[in-house]
Amino acid sequence: MSAATTLTWFARHELKLAWREWLAMMTGGRRGRRRAAAFGLVAFAMLMHLPAYAVIGRFANLQLPLDKTSLIVLTSTILLAWALMLSQAIESVTRVFYARADLDLIMSSPARLTNIFSVRIAAIALMVTGMALLFSTPFVDVLVLNGGARWLAGFGVVVAIGFSAAALAIAITIVLFRLIGPARTRLIAQIVAAIIGAGFVIALQIAAILSYGTLSRFAVLTSDAAAAFAPDADSLVWWPARAAIGDIGPLLWLLAASLVLLGGVMAIFSPRFADTAIGASAQAITSRRSNRALAFRGGSRQQALRRKEFLLLKRDPWLISQTLMQLLYLVPPALLLWRSFSDSSAAIVLITPVVVMAAGQLAGGLAWLTICGEDAADLVATAPLSPSAVLRAKIEVVLIVIGAIFAPLVAALGLASPPQAIVTACGVAIGAASATAIQLWFRVQARRSQFRRRQTSSRLATIAEAFSSIGWAATSALALSLPAGAAVSGLMTAAIVAITWKLSPRRG
Amino acid sequence: MKSEQAALRVQGLTKRFDRLAVDSLDLTVRPGEFYALVGPNGAGKTTTLRMVAGLLKPDAGSVAIFGVDALSDAVAAKQIMAWVSDEPMIYDKLTPLEYLEFVAGLWGVDPRISTAAARDLLVSLGLEAHLNERCEGFSKGMRQKVALAGALVHDPRLIILDEPLTGLDAVSARHVKGILSERVRQGHTVIMTTHILEVAERMADRIGVIAAGRLVAEGTLAELREQNGHGNTSLEDLFIALVDVKAEAA
Repeated sequence: MSAATTLTWFARHELKLAWREWLAMMTGGRRGRRRAAAFGLVAFAMLMHLPAYAVIGRFANLQLPLDKTSLIVLTSTILLAWALMLSQAIESVTRVFYARADLDLIMSSPARLTNIFSVRIAAIALMVTGMALLFSTPFVDVLVLNGGARWLAGFGVVVAIGFSAAALAIAITIVLFRLIGPARTRLIAQIVAAIIGAGFVIALQIAAILSYGTLSRFAVLTSDAAAAFAPDADSLVWWPARAAIGDIGPLLWLLAASLVLLGGVMAIFSPRFADTAIGASAQAITSRRSNRALAFRGGSRQQALRRKEFLLLKRDPWLISQTLMQLLYLVPPALLLWRSFSDSSAAIVLITPVVVMAAGQLAGGLAWLTICGEDAADLVATAPLSPSAVLRAKIEVVLIVIGAIFAPLVAALGLASPPQAIVTACGVAIGAASATAIQLWFRVQARRSQFRRRQTSSRLATIAEAFSSIGWAATSALALSLPAGAAVSGLMTAAIVAITWKLSPRRG
Repeated sequence: MKSEQAALRVQGLTKRFDRLAVDSLDLTVRPGEFYALVGPNGAGKTTTLRMVAGLLKPDAGSVAIFGVDALSDAVAAKQIMAWVSDEPMIYDKLTPLEYLEFVAGLWGVDPRISTAAARDLLVSLGLEAHLNERCEGFSKGMRQKVALAGALVHDPRLIILDEPLTGLDAVSARHVKGILSERVRQGHTVIMTTHILEVAERMADRIGVIAAGRLVAEGTLAELREQNGHGNTSLEDLFIALVDVKAEAA
C-alpha cells in the first residue's frame, strides 16, 4: 500500500471510529435508540434557538464599522469560545495519549508513524471543531435569520478558532510531557484544561466584583475603562470580531492562519507523537510508592470501607481536577462575600445558588465514583456485609466530602448573614442528597476509569441530575428573595426527583 | 456434628440466562478437601461458583457452606469463605498492603493478627519488593497474587477460586499451588475451576466434571477411570471422552 493510500485509509478509519463513538455517546450504546437520539438531538437543537435568541438576538443588526464596546464584547465572546475549545482539545489529546486502545497496534505496524499521527492530530482538530460547529449553529442561525447571510461567516470563525485551539492543545500537551514528564502531565493537563475553560469567565467576574460589586461580566466589558484601554478599531485584535460579522478579508486571513498553525503543529509534533505515547505507556508500568509504615487499623467493617473510599478519592486525578474547578467557580462568590463585609451589597444573595449548584454537581460525580465505580466489585460483594451496609458506608463518604468542602464557605456566610447560611446549608444538603439518590437509583457497576462514560450510561439520570442541581439552586435563591416562589420551585424540583425515581430501574 | 458437615453442599442449583446455564446441579465437597471443577467453556463452572459465592442469585436450589444456608444467611456464609476470580479485581491506586488492610477490615480481622499475616502472605507470594507500590503498574500475574493474598488474609475455611492460574508464569503458578496445598494441609477446603487438567490431576483430591450445567462425573482420578472404563488414561483423555459423550447425548 502506498503512503497516500495508507493515509486516506487511516483517515477513513479514524472518521469511522469518531462517528461510532459519537453515536454511542448519543444513544448510550443501544442500537434501538438511534431514532430517539436523532429526534432528541433535533428537538434540542431547535430548543437551543430560544436561549440563543435571548442571548445574542439583539446583536444581529450590528454593522461595520463597529464601535469599541461592541468590538470588545464580540471579541471577548469569541475568546471565551476559543478558551472552552482549547480546554476540550487538551482533554481529547490527553485521552489519546493515555487510552492505549489502539496505539500498540498502530505503533507495531509497518506504517509510517509520522503520517499516521498527522491524521490523528487532524482528527482531533476536526472533532473539536465539529462539536463547536454543532453548539454554535443555533447562535449563528439566530444571527442569520435576524441580520442576514453575512453572519454565515460566523461558521468560518468557529472553524478557525477550532483548528487553532486543537493545534495549541497538542503543542501544550507535548511540551508538558517534555517539561514535567508523563507521570504528572495527565493531572496537570486536566487542571490546565479546567483553568483555561473556566478561567476567562472567572477572571472577568472577579474584575466585575472588584470594580463594580456585581457578578456580571458585561459590567467590565462595556465599561469606559475597558474602552479606554482597548486598541484602535483598525487593530488586528479585532479581526475575529470583524470576520464574524461578515468582513471577508479578515475571515480569509484567520482561516489561513489557523490552517498554517495546525499544519505547523502537525509537521513539528507528529514525529514526537509516538515518543509521547510511548512515554505515557511507560508511565503506566512504573508505580508510585507509599512510604507509610503500615500497621493495620482496626474499626468496624463500614469504617474499613469508608477508609478505602477516602483513600481512593484522595488519589483520583479526575476528582482533584474537578474539585479544583468547582473551587475555582466558587472564587467569585467568595470574593463577593468578602466585599459584602465592608459594604452591604444585595449581590451577596447570588452566592447561595452558585454554592448549591456546585454541591449538587460535585455530589453527582462523587456518588458515581463511590457507588458505581467499584474496581473490586466481587470482593465487596463477597464480603460479610449486607448490601445495604455497603451502600450506607459509600453514601456517608459522599456526604462527608461534600460537608468538608462546603462547610467552611457556609460558616463564613454565617458570619455575614446567618439566615442565608442556614438556607445555603439546607440547599447544599438537599442538592447533594438528590444527586446522590439519582446516582443510586440508576447505578450500573463499572470501573472508576470509566468515569467519563458515566453520562452515556443513562441520559435520564444525567439530565435529572442537572435539573435537580439547577432546581435546588433556584429554590435556595428564591427562599432568600421570594419565599412563595421558593415553595413553587421546591415543589417542582421535588417532583423532578420523584419522577426520576419513578422512571428509575431500581424502583422498589 | 459440625465437623461432619460438608464444606459445601449444593442441591438442585439452577440458573437460566438466555439458555439453561446450570441445570439442577447437586454437589458436595468435604471439609479439608481440594476439589477441582473441570469442564468445557460455557459448561457452567463459573456460574455455579458465582452462585455459591453469593455473586449471582440462583433461580432454584440451595447452597450451604459448613451448614450455613448461604441464601438465607449470606453474611454468615461469606464470613467463612473467600472468592478469587480469574480476572483479578483490585484497586489500582492502593498498594498491596493497603489492599490487604482493607480486606482484613471488611472481614473484621483483628489488626494485630492481620498486619503480620498480610506481610507474610505477600512475601510468600514473592511480592516483598512491591509491598508499598501502587498496584496500577502490576502485571496480571502480580495482580492475581495480590487478589489471592486478599482472599487468604482473613483465613477462610472455604476458598473458591475461578481459574486462579490463568496468566501466571511457571514460578508464580508454583507459588500459588504451594500456598493452596499448604492451606489444604492445614484443614482448609479449596474448590477450584481450571482448564489446566494437569493441575487438577496432580493437586485435587477429587475432580468434578461439569458439562451443559450438570455434573457428569465425580471422584478421584482412579475412580473416574474406573467409572468410565478407561484404564490407565490421562485425565485429558478421560475428560474429552466424558464431554464428547455428553455432547452426543445433548
